[in-house]
Order: sequence, then C-alpha cells, then structure tokens
Amino acid sequence: MKIPYFPGCSLKTYASSFEKSAIASGAELGIEFVEIPRWNCCGVVSSLTSDDLMHHLAPVRNMIRVLEMQNDKIVDTDNKMLTLCSMCMNTLKRSNLKMQEHADELETINDFMYKEDQKYDGSVQVMHYLEILKEYGFAKIAEKVKVSLKGLKVAPYYGCMLIRPKEVGIDDAEEPTIFEDFLKALGAEPVDWRSKKTCCGSYLTVNKENIVVKLTGKILEDARRNGADLIITSCPLCAFNLDSRQELLQIRNPNFEPIPVLYFSQLLAIALGLDINKFGFENNKVDGMPLLKNKILNK
Amino acid sequence: MTKKIVLNEKTLAFQKKVEELSGENTAMCDQCGTCSGGCPFVEEMDITPAQLMRKVMLGQEDVLECDTLWICATCNTCTVRCPRKLDVSKIAEALRQIKLRDEINNLDINDLPKNVLKELPQIALIAALRKLSS
Amino acid sequence: MAEKKIGVFLCQCGGNISKTIDLPEVQNFVEGKDDISVVQIHSNMCSGAGQKLIIEEAKDKGLNRIVIASCSPHFHEKTFRATMEKAGLNQFVLELVNLREHCSWPYKDQPEAATEKAKDLVLAGVNKVRENYSLEKKKIKMGKRVLVIGGGIAGIQASLDLADTGNEVYLVEKEPTIGGKMAILTKTFPTEDCSACIISPKMAAAQDHPNINLMTNSEIVSTVGHRLHFEITVEKKPRYIKPEIDMDQCLICEQCVQECPVSAPNMWEQGIMQRKAIYIPAALAIPFRYLIDDSVCLHFKDGSCNKCETICPQQVIDFSQKPEKVQFTVDNIIVATGYDTIHPSEKPMFGYDKLKNVVTGLEMERIVDHITEKPPPRPVGDKVAFIQCVGSRDEQTGREYCSRVCCMYAVKLASLLKQAKPEKDIYVFYTDIRAYGKGFEEYYKRAQQLGIKFIRGKVAELHGVPDSEKVLLKAEDTLSRQIIESEFDLVVLSNGLKPNDSTEKIVNFLKLTKSSDGFLQEAHPKYKPVDTNIEGVFICGVAQGPKDIPDTVAQASAAAARVMVTLAQKEFDVDPQLAFVETEICDGCGKCVAACPKDAILMKGGKAEVVEALCVGCGACLPVCPLEAIDFHNSSNSQMYASINGILAGKKPGETRILIFADNTCTYRLADALGIRKMKYDIDTRIMRVPSSARISANLILHSFKQGADLVILGDCPVASSLYPWSRDVTEQTMLAARARLAEAGIADERIFFSEFSAGDLQKFTAMINDLSAKLKQAEPITEEQRQEL
Repeated sequence: MKIPYFPGCSLKTYASSFEKSAIASGAELGIEFVEIPRWNCCGVVSSLTSDDLMHHLAPVRNMIRVLEMQNDKIVDTDNKMLTLCSMCMNTLKRSNLKMQEHADELETINDFMYKEDQKYDGSVQVMHYLEILKEYGFAKIAEKVKVSLKGLKVAPYYGCMLIRPKEVGIDDAEEPTIFEDFLKALGAEPVDWRSKKTCCGSYLTVNKENIVVKLTGKILEDARRNGADLIITSCPLCAFNLDSRQELLQIRNPNFEPIPVLYFSQLLAIALGLDINKFGFENNKVDGMPLLKNKILNK
Repeated sequence: MTKKIVLNEKTLAFQKKVEELSGENTAMCDQCGTCSGGCPFVEEMDITPAQLMRKVMLGQEDVLECDTLWICATCNTCTVRCPRKLDVSKIAEALRQIKLRDEINNLDINDLPKNVLKELPQIALIAALRKLSS
Repeated sequence: MAEKKIGVFLCQCGGNISKTIDLPEVQNFVEGKDDISVVQIHSNMCSGAGQKLIIEEAKDKGLNRIVIASCSPHFHEKTFRATMEKAGLNQFVLELVNLREHCSWPYKDQPEAATEKAKDLVLAGVNKVRENYSLEKKKIKMGKRVLVIGGGIAGIQASLDLADTGNEVYLVEKEPTIGGKMAILTKTFPTEDCSACIISPKMAAAQDHPNINLMTNSEIVSTVGHRLHFEITVEKKPRYIKPEIDMDQCLICEQCVQECPVSAPNMWEQGIMQRKAIYIPAALAIPFRYLIDDSVCLHFKDGSCNKCETICPQQVIDFSQKPEKVQFTVDNIIVATGYDTIHPSEKPMFGYDKLKNVVTGLEMERIVDHITEKPPPRPVGDKVAFIQCVGSRDEQTGREYCSRVCCMYAVKLASLLKQAKPEKDIYVFYTDIRAYGKGFEEYYKRAQQLGIKFIRGKVAELHGVPDSEKVLLKAEDTLSRQIIESEFDLVVLSNGLKPNDSTEKIVNFLKLTKSSDGFLQEAHPKYKPVDTNIEGVFICGVAQGPKDIPDTVAQASAAAARVMVTLAQKEFDVDPQLAFVETEICDGCGKCVAACPKDAILMKGGKAEVVEALCVGCGACLPVCPLEAIDFHNSSNSQMYASINGILAGKKPGETRILIFADNTCTYRLADALGIRKMKYDIDTRIMRVPSSARISANLILHSFKQGADLVILGDCPVASSLYPWSRDVTEQTMLAARARLAEAGIADERIFFSEFSAGDLQKFTAMINDLSAKLKQAEPITEEQRQEL
C-alpha cells in the first residue's frame, strides 16, 4: 500500500522519532508512506467562526496535493490521506468536512485557489495512522509481533483531538478503545484510567504554563496510581505537555516520580522487532529506555 | 458589577452577533451545567462555561472581559456532551474573535522570554498565536 | 353499460358562490353535451329542498351519474352520499366540485376569471363522473375476541375491563409472571401506597377471570394481520413443570429450591439478590408457580444435575418439555408492551458498568423496598445522590423527550429513604423538577421539608475514588455558579424510559407506526389517542409514550372502551376506495408487491391481488406498475386522465397553469382553509384531490404537461403527521422517473416538485404559489412541440 502522507511541522522537528518510528513500522507492515510533495502547514487549530473561510485554505490545499498524487499514480490508496499528529488530523478533517457539507464554501475556496490546476471536490478521506492500522487488522499485527510487550502496563492517552468532536473523532468520544485494542495486539496491558481523555492544556502551555502543569500533574498522577509503566500518545503537543513539563513538576514536587511518555508508533516499532537506533528516542525527555530494557528488551 | 440587566436592542444585537459568528443558537441552552461540570479548566475560569452561554444569550457584553474565553482551549469535552448539541467552544471562539478583530490580543509574542520561546514546539506556538492573538 | 345520463347541480350557496361566479354562464357552458341530461341551479343544494331537487331530477330523468358543484367535499360529502342513496343511486357515481373554498371565496374580487376557473373545475367533475362506477362497501363480521399483548398494569387493566364486559380476552405476557414494572416498584408517588398491594389483587383477578385466557412465559411469534381479523401464533416457553391440569400435584414445598445448587441474579429483584435455577419469579408472582431457568440450570448445561427432579415428592419436574405453539384468532388487539429503562451504558461518563455504588432507579426501588431489613441485602451509605435526566432530554443519546416519571420517582425514593433512615444526607441533581401531576408539587415540597436537598445542575461525570468504593461526582450548581466536586456513598441514576424490543417486534408484525421518539404512534394525538393507523389495533401504557400509573390505567381503560365500541358494531364497513388489480393486464412482475408498505398485495396464480382487509388506500403501488394494471377505486387512471383533461381544458394562449395534486388529508384541506379565510393565490392554479401524493404516477405527471400544465406540485402531509409517511419517498422516486422524461423533451427539472404541507400552512402556501407563478410568467414557456414529445 502506498499512501499519501501528511507530516506537519512537528513531525519534522520536535517529534521526529514519532515520524521515524511510524514510517519504519509502516514499512515493516507493507504500508509505504509517500510524503505529500509541497505540503504546507495545516494551521494546527481549526478556525471555528462561520465567516472565516480563509483559514480553511491551507488544509484544503494539502488535499489538492493528494488528488494530484493520485492522478500521477504515485500512490495506490483510494482518496486516503495519512496523518500522524492528532492536531493535524483534527484540523484537516474538520476543514474537509466543512467542504463536504457546504458546496458553496467549497466553490469559494476553489475560487480563492484559482491558480491550482486541480480543483478540490471533497473526495479525500483524512485518516489517522491508528485507523490505517485498525483497517490493516490488529489481529494481523499481533501475528507480526516479534518482541511481545507482555508485562508492560501502558496508559493510552487519547487527549482531545483524536476523539473530539464526534464528527471527526476516530473512535467513540466517551469510551474509545482503539488504543487499547492496539496495545493488546502488541501484547501490552492497557491501563484503564479516567484521565485518558482529559485535556492536557494544549497551547495554553505558551502563556498559562501553570494551568498546564496542574492539569498534566493530575493526569500523570492518575496514570501512576493506576499502575502504568508508561503513557502513549499520538499528539506532539500532548507529548510536550506530558513529557517535557515533568521537569517543572519535579522542581515543584521533589517526590514526583517521572513517567515515560512515548508515541504509540515507538511501541509498535519495538514490538515489530525493529532496531531502536533506527527510529530513535531523541525527542523523549523522560528516558523510557531503562524501563523498556528492564521489562521487554532484555528478556 | 451591577445586579441589574436591561434587555434592549443593544443586548439583542450582541447576542445576534455572537450567534452569527459561532453558528450556535444560544436560546437553545437549557442551563443544565453539563459543560461546566465536565470542563477540565473550570477551576481556573472566572465564570463557568454555562454562565458564559447565559451571558451571551442575554447579550451581556461584559462576557468579553472574562478570562474564561481565553482559558477554553477547545478541548470539546463539553461539545460532545451537551444535551442540546450546542458547541460552547464555538461560542468561546466567536467571543475571542470579537476581541481579536478589535486588535485586543491576549498573547503578545514579544512578552515571551527568549529561552521560553526556544523550548516551545512550533505546534504550541502556532496554535496559541492563532487562538490568542490577531 | 347503460347509456350515461349525467345531472349537474350548481349550488349558489346562499350567494357565497353565485355572487362571484356567474352560475348561469357555467350552466350554459355545461349544457348541451350529449350525455348531460340536466343542469340545475339551486340556492342551497345541501338543504332539504336542494336534496329533494336532486332526488326528483334523478328519478324523473333516470340520471345515473351526478355532479354537485358546491362547497368542499370535506363539508358535505357525507350529506350528498346519503342523498345518492335516497335517489336510488350508488354513492360512488357522485362527483363533488369545490366551487366555494377553491374558487368563489378566494377570488371574490375577480368574478370573471373565477367564472372561467369554475368552468374548468366543473368540466373536470363531469369528465371524471363519466368514468365513475358503482362500488360496494364490504362488511366484515366481528366476534368478541381480543388479544392483549403485555401483562403489565396497562394490559391487566384493559383485559379486566374487556373481560368484565363479556369479551373473550387472550392476555399474553413474555415474562413468567404478570405485573410488569409496576410489580417491581416499592411504593408509588405521590401517595406512597404500596405498589404490590395495589396491583396484586388485579393480577389475581386477571388469572381467575373466566373470560381471560392468561398466557405467561409466552411470546407472540406471528400475527397474520387482517383488518379486524388477526390470526395469532404464540410460543409458550417451557417451565419444565408439568402442566396446569396437574398443578395440584405441586405443593410449593420448596424442597426443589433448597436442593438446587445454582445461584443466579434475581432479575425481578434487579440483581440485588440471588435466586436458584428453579424458582418462583417473585413473592406475588401470578401464576405462583415454579419454573426452571434453562440458561443456568446444570441439567441443561451439561446434564450433571437432576436434584430437583429427584427430590420432588410429587414428581412434577419435566425436563423434556419443549416450546409449544398456540394459535388463535382475534378481532381486535391492544398493544400494551410497556418499556425498558434506558441502560446507563448510554451515558458512559456515569461509569455504571465500572462503579459498584452507581445504581439505576429500578435497582433503587428494590434497595429501598428492603431497606428496613436487618441487614439489608444491599446496604446504602450515608450520603446519597440522585442524578436526573439520565438518558432522556438528551440529544447525545438521541432521546429528546422527557420521560415524565423520573422526577417524581426520585422524589419518592429519596423521601422513602429519608423517612426510613433520617440520618442519610440526600441530594437530587436536576435540570428541572417537573411536578405537573395531581399532588406532585405538594409531594416535592414535602421532600424538601424532609431535608432532601435539590441542586439545579446536570451531573457531568462520576468517577471512582482511589482506594475506596465511594463515587466522585462533578456538576455545576447552576444557581450559585459554583462547581461541586464531592464524594458520595451511593449514586442513583434516574434513568429514563425507552421503547423496548417487544414493542419493536409487534410494530413489525402489525405494521404500526412509531413517532419520532420511537414510541408507538397514535392515529391522532388529540382525538384518536389510543387508536392506531391499523383498524382494530389499539395502544395504551408506556408503549405509547412515557406516563405514570394513573395515566396508564386511564389509557388502558380508554383502549378497552375503544375495543368495545368497535366490537359493538358487530360488522365493519371497509371503505372501497382502495387499490385493485386489472387481472387481464397484470403480467405478474411483482413490483407492486414489493412497493406496498403494508404487505397488502399478494401474488396469486401469477397475478397480483390486493388484500382489501390490509390495503390502507395510499396508492403507492400505482406509480411502480409499468402496465397501469394496478389501479385505484374512485381515483382510477381513467378517472384521473379525464379529470386532468377537464381541469386544464380552459387554458388560453399566454396563460400558465400550476397543477397541484393535493393529498386529501393535508394539502386539500389547506386549500379549503385558504378559501375560508378568503386568502388568494394565483388564480391560474388548479387543485386536484388525490388520496396521497404516492398515488400519482409519472405518466399522470407527464400527461398533465401534455395537457398544458406548466408546473406540477405534489403536496402531502409532513412525514411526522402523515397517514402514509412513506408517501414522500414514493413520490421522490416517481418524480425522478418523470424528470428523466421531461429532460428528454428539454423541460427543466424545477417544473415538478414535492412539498410538505400541513393544513395550517396558509402563508407558506400563498407565498410559494405567488412566487412560483410570478417566476413562471417570466420563464420561457414550454412549447407545444415539447409537450407533444412527452
């Protein structure tokens, strides 16, 4: 399967190990990520006011690129567009939905982008990597596991953008299970915890750091209390708030016990037996290696 | 703050303006408080999300001075639960936009120290600038 | 057939018609055609003198067809049908022309144009009546046999009322005991009298009544529906206890229960207590008999146990029993299938499946019922919260409706708990307290007096408290605008009511309709509240919509009374205006069979056949027939073509015609209402009365264009209140076919459309027609070549 892949800004910088592990694991499963040529930033957050069409331009332009890739036959998936970052997925999906539901707005947007040869028609299907994996089949993934994650207790952190609002969520907004199913396929034990869909504070980390530290403190404590060894996420911003903000938590509370926060694809890559050096852990602030070595790799 | 509310053309105009921008009908709000009870940020807010809805419905422009609209991070917890399928996050966005279109920003990037700017990932910065500044 | 002799009677309506329409001119216009024997004008056709004139002329001139041009048929159709009988003519060789509501009233200020329009309308009537033929009203004989489905308080009450008035009742209940949900309740609001004490005498009476055949542990598996004649098949599930004839053998000695090694949740006790695999469902079960639950009994699991069989001194255990089918015939049916409570898993944020101390309203009924026992089977901590509106008034669960009983049952349970254990600290979290019934407000006030605290806020989430069985509750107190985050020992979810699976099954068997909330739809919300769209089927209790016990009992008695009224007629007229098949034309393609929403068309000997007892007269089968072999009495294809020819005949060059096929229930009445209000719409509009929009075929639409129509509107009731809610979909399909043909002739799509009208949409209608006619007059006209191409 050759699928158009939209990286987004974080995946090329701050969350490079997310990208590397996802691409490597995909390759192992026969899912080839074909990076969208000339992709542009999606805008991170979706514009919600009814009179603001301009901010939907950026997402739609990326979808035009997908149609072009299809025309050029460099991908072989019907209209699919792969994303890794939860925020990108959410923003792209919301814009796409708006285009699918409002023909007049789609027309206006196409008029704005009159220099594009390809018109957008609402046909692209934005998908998260987790959805692609689910389509591939968690049972099939389980068969390909070379290093079982048995004994590893993992708290799946959905956050917001993966499951809300309902019309773009990849799973039930209140009782999602896709991460749990994924983890079980790898042999890991998913931890049931109340904070799995509690907001980490998102971009308030820029100017209201205190709120974010309080929220993430509670989330991390909840994970610990429920016996999690580590947390997984699919959002680079959640990862920043949950992982990097642990420094501050440690300063404020000397008894704070750090907990590793990984991208789900990193666990997938490990389970598929890929060389850790190839996809890297350079972004993860709290070092998960000792734990992984102790519980999984050295067994 | 006065205890008196006068409902007039001005309050009606403000309500209509927010409703147009947000696409939400605030008269549909039943004031059940589901949004407030589940809001992860509510403790940090000066008025609750349901209160914000109420103020918009009654056209109270002082809602624009509340911290709440800058604290709401569009996590959509309320959106997926509202028994009337209203989207409070869209109301908050509309209120922010009214301020931002008057060039009243909640965030000035120049106020952020260099070292902080350096460590923040671009995903956080772009999102914050989009939501909190014009 | 004998020579056609038509009499046309023009009514002045005391000036209502004649002051606007020049009736003598209309008379001249009609007169002189070969088959028109007489044209008469009279001041009041509906009066004794007017009717006498019709009767005398009919007899004198040997008329065999009558056209009366007067007011709306919704006014005097009955009167004139009776006149026909008095004149010795069949009711259906009559045609009524609506000159008053559809012509003279709305166009008071355009007398000349109105007279021209009147000519078209009368001509349509004359054309139609030529094609009319006699129809006989069929009579169906009825007995006194009634099936009551559901043995809750609604079914019991209806059964007793019917049995007491001498009807033969089959009362079918799927559970092993009757009593339904009411028997589970501890006490009832607002009087706090014991639920069991009120219902158990009625349960016993139902069992003992000589006119009631009680079948418990039994389910309806099929109903072969005929109007007022239903063949029923019931499956009786085995109890594994020898049948009733041998009942005196079982001494209820309980040795079997003591021996049984299996323990299962007692679902009658809502799982707060256990029972054995052999058990009596409840302390006041009717019938008071054992049964074996074969889903848990070890004998059925692996054959490892037959202890009860061995120990039984009377040897009444019979493991070999199989489900048994029983068949019988009834004349009427009452559906009293009750409800389910909304499962709290629909609101996962309340953690019902995970948190031990979160319970449902019904569980709390049983908890409170046992609260004074020492120790109680399910202890309650010190601090208790009730959460209102769980699952109802909630668009997220798709249940917008208010369940109507939860406010009061929460007040009741809280009050009972507080009275039994005054030390408990009790809170009720609500959005609105709806204390609308008799004595409810006072009851609510008394709960406040008892110290129960009511907090206005819908609870957002419940969570487990780490290392504890307490429950953390989060809500906004919307009155103080503070967030409450507190721990409780027990949280009761006041979950609402929802339609149950049994009702769904019956809906499918009997082809009943449901309202948008999913409960059974009554035939009319105001004046037919317990009837359904199927004659002879009545509804009562919560199956029709949430309600409390007094309302349920009242409605059950109402349903029983409606059955009595129906059966008292002893035989029943079937309106002959139904679909029928021209067998000579029918080639047995079966398209009508598939199209019929009521399964009223069968294939017999390679030809379609309409089962008159099932046909509801919507006409949805007509548009699908490629040969026009399926037809409709008194709205037949030949009658329709003739009417169309007449109604469009007067079109002059440069004029436009909007033709509206108006369904008889809504759109036609709407046009009547416009006339009554003297509200004008473009006079070039022509309105034809049809049973429903579904009856109109693509051929009729195309024929209308051929005859000069410039725009065709198909009007029907809003789906929610329609007798034939499927009409819209059928019509959309018909329009697709018609549009394809129009496109070939280069005629635009917009020239046909469907619109929903309720009888009150006065402004909508006039605005729409005036707007359309203005546009039509601007538009490029359809050319004669285009029309002929169709």
